[in-house]
Amino acid sequence: MTSSIPRTRFLAVTAAIVLATTASACAPGSDDEGGGTDTAAADVDTDVAGMGDLTLTVWDQEVRSGQDKQLDALNASFEKEYPNVTIDRVSRSFEDLNRTLRLAINSDDAPDVVQANNGRSIMGAFVEAGQLRPLDGYADAYGWDERFSADVRSLASYTEDGATFGAGNLYGVPQTGELVGLWYSKSKLDDLGIEVPRTTADMETALQKAAAAGEVPIQFGNKEGWPGIHDFGFVQNQFVPAEEIRDLGFGVAGSSWTTPENEQAADLISSWAESGYFTEGFNGFDYDPAWQDFAEGDGVFVIAGTWLLADLAAAMGDDVGFALPPTGESGEMAVTGGTGLPFAITESTENADAAAAYLDHITSPDAMTDIQEAGNLPVYGADAALAEGPQADVLEAWGAANAQGAIVPYLDYATPDFYDLLTAQVQDLLAGSQSPSDFLATLEKEYTSFTGSGG
Amino acid sequence: MADASRRTGAPPGEPRLVGYLYVLPALLVFAAFLLWPILRAISLSFYEWDGLTQGTWVGADNYVAVVTDPTLRAPFLHALVLVVFFCVLPIAIGLALAALMSRVRLPGLGFFRTVIFLPQVVATVVVGIAWSAIYAPAGPLNDVLSALGLGGGTAWLGEEIWALPSVGLVGTWLFTGLCVVLFLAGLAKVPPELYEAARLDGAGPVREFLAVGLPALRGEIAVAAILTVIAALRTFDLVYVMTSGGPSNSTSVPSYEVYDRAFVEGEVGSAATVAVVLTALILAVSIGINRFAERDVT
Repeated sequence: MTSSIPRTRFLAVTAAIVLATTASACAPGSDDEGGGTDTAAADVDTDVAGMGDLTLTVWDQEVRSGQDKQLDALNASFEKEYPNVTIDRVSRSFEDLNRTLRLAINSDDAPDVVQANNGRSIMGAFVEAGQLRPLDGYADAYGWDERFSADVRSLASYTEDGATFGAGNLYGVPQTGELVGLWYSKSKLDDLGIEVPRTTADMETALQKAAAAGEVPIQFGNKEGWPGIHDFGFVQNQFVPAEEIRDLGFGVAGSSWTTPENEQAADLISSWAESGYFTEGFNGFDYDPAWQDFAEGDGVFVIAGTWLLADLAAAMGDDVGFALPPTGESGEMAVTGGTGLPFAITESTENADAAAAYLDHITSPDAMTDIQEAGNLPVYGADAALAEGPQADVLEAWGAANAQGAIVPYLDYATPDFYDLLTAQVQDLLAGSQSPSDFLATLEKEYTSFTGSGG
Repeated sequence: MADASRRTGAPPGEPRLVGYLYVLPALLVFAAFLLWPILRAISLSFYEWDGLTQGTWVGADNYVAVVTDPTLRAPFLHALVLVVFFCVLPIAIGLALAALMSRVRLPGLGFFRTVIFLPQVVATVVVGIAWSAIYAPAGPLNDVLSALGLGGGTAWLGEEIWALPSVGLVGTWLFTGLCVVLFLAGLAKVPPELYEAARLDGAGPVREFLAVGLPALRGEIAVAAILTVIAALRTFDLVYVMTSGGPSNSTSVPSYEVYDRAFVEGEVGSAATVAVVLTALILAVSIGINRFAERDVT
């Protein structure tokens, strides 16, 4: 089957077309300077009613029932206050939002307000590309610096080039807080005759007793990989000083993974896996069924975030409790946590001032009260006295962690590739196919190649 | 072979250029939705681009990385392993089943044929979720194994040695039905006299199949091979649903890598490169199998 066009000519033409397209197409992407348009506090227009009719398109991922209702209510009250504003709310799951935002944010009809994940791969990349506006002028005008603690603001701060995380301009404001701690079943602890563990040694004893009694000590589903980041962080919190973990999370040059403290943490968590303190076959078990099993009375502990509050409280009522991670020898508290996804204003919006007024509205003290009443953890102004059961535990823990400056960022924030690397590495470490020292050496290699080894 | 003498003289009939006018509408659609994206992907593959800021021209670096970077090479090797499970096994099992089913006159044969073909009809995402549940540490597979005293509690999708074969076996289960139905149809068109002749020559059932059935199935085997090899090389949904490429990237495949790099990691240039290499590989393999199948039997 020879075609009538000689093969060589066909190939030559194809090659020419490909070359021509490749050469003529200019480099992809825009060459905007990083940072986005700054608005000085003096230029901020807070008179939304006088802006004429406008529509704000908001992309969020508050799809879980409590948060979903809460945001709908806040949108409605904003529209009621300013009848000239229409809010066009587009809600997607966390994963869908992260995948589509990147494509949408530099298009002509980009949304005005977006919920952008704090880490380098989303918010950092947008800042570097100049797709988000610095909010410092608005923060001055609306007094956001008093509203949000320094820890909270640093989690949405970047320098203009997107290179430094945790410092520089403010690019987003969150509604909710988040902590990764220890969920426990009160009735199981009573049966085993143990108290809520407050120190590393207590935790070890509790796990031993639980295992000896034939219970699953820690319900753990790590097929997705990311739950392992939380469990490793929980152990690391007990050994490595908070300041060092913070530097590692923000990717500060000069920090190191190969320290004796990190080694102790990696040793301990791999010994937990070896001793069978986690659910059998955890690397092939999904996250959701794991905490659901715990909710149904199988397992003593779950190491997870406060985002499970509403679901666990609904399933277990007052039997479930929440505690901050135990403290190690130093007695110093450290807890992985942060905020819900911050709301940010896009560079391409034509209504930046109205968008800022919207951000102010959804993070107002009234909004925080609504969020607490919806069963969630407001980022500030939580009143533990008004809550009961597990929500009171969570609000108290959040208050204590903020007061002590104990909140450390998620470890996968460090470099753009760190999420993929860390999820796989923790799976390997816990499966026993990677030794603690090799585990840390692999992390160190990626970390220093991104931050620069010097320091 | 085109006749050489024809090309030298002017072609008879209408001027040929007008022919292009007839295909123009279809060509425009093809160009807009297939050709342009492909060319764009090829051009992107020469850049390092995060999808947001200005990309930088890196020449063939991305292609060099496909060969030299183990994290990029591994997905292609995994895809080759999947070829065994998606193509070789189903064709082998399919041949055996088809040979059996074409000989034995079972009541309810149509029913079995439907059951074997059924996996093809179910959406792959559903298949993936169902099999994830079967493979779960406390799932039915481990229940059966422990009931037989063969252990249990293995995290089939969570251990590096088992995850890829586990995903592969789902492919075997998926494509065996397709192969059986194709081969049964192929065997049905073999004239019964050929079998009779073979039997008269003293061939047993196995010999009979090898001498008569198998050669007659050459075309069907080629079709099955092309369909299943392409399915194996471009697997995405099963991996996405069952393992997300884990544990420790032991089940990452090229298509998943394209998605992960383009939409998760923000390495659009590298993603485009993997896509281009994968497309070229699939094209080459398909052409190869086609050549092999169409070669003269004599």
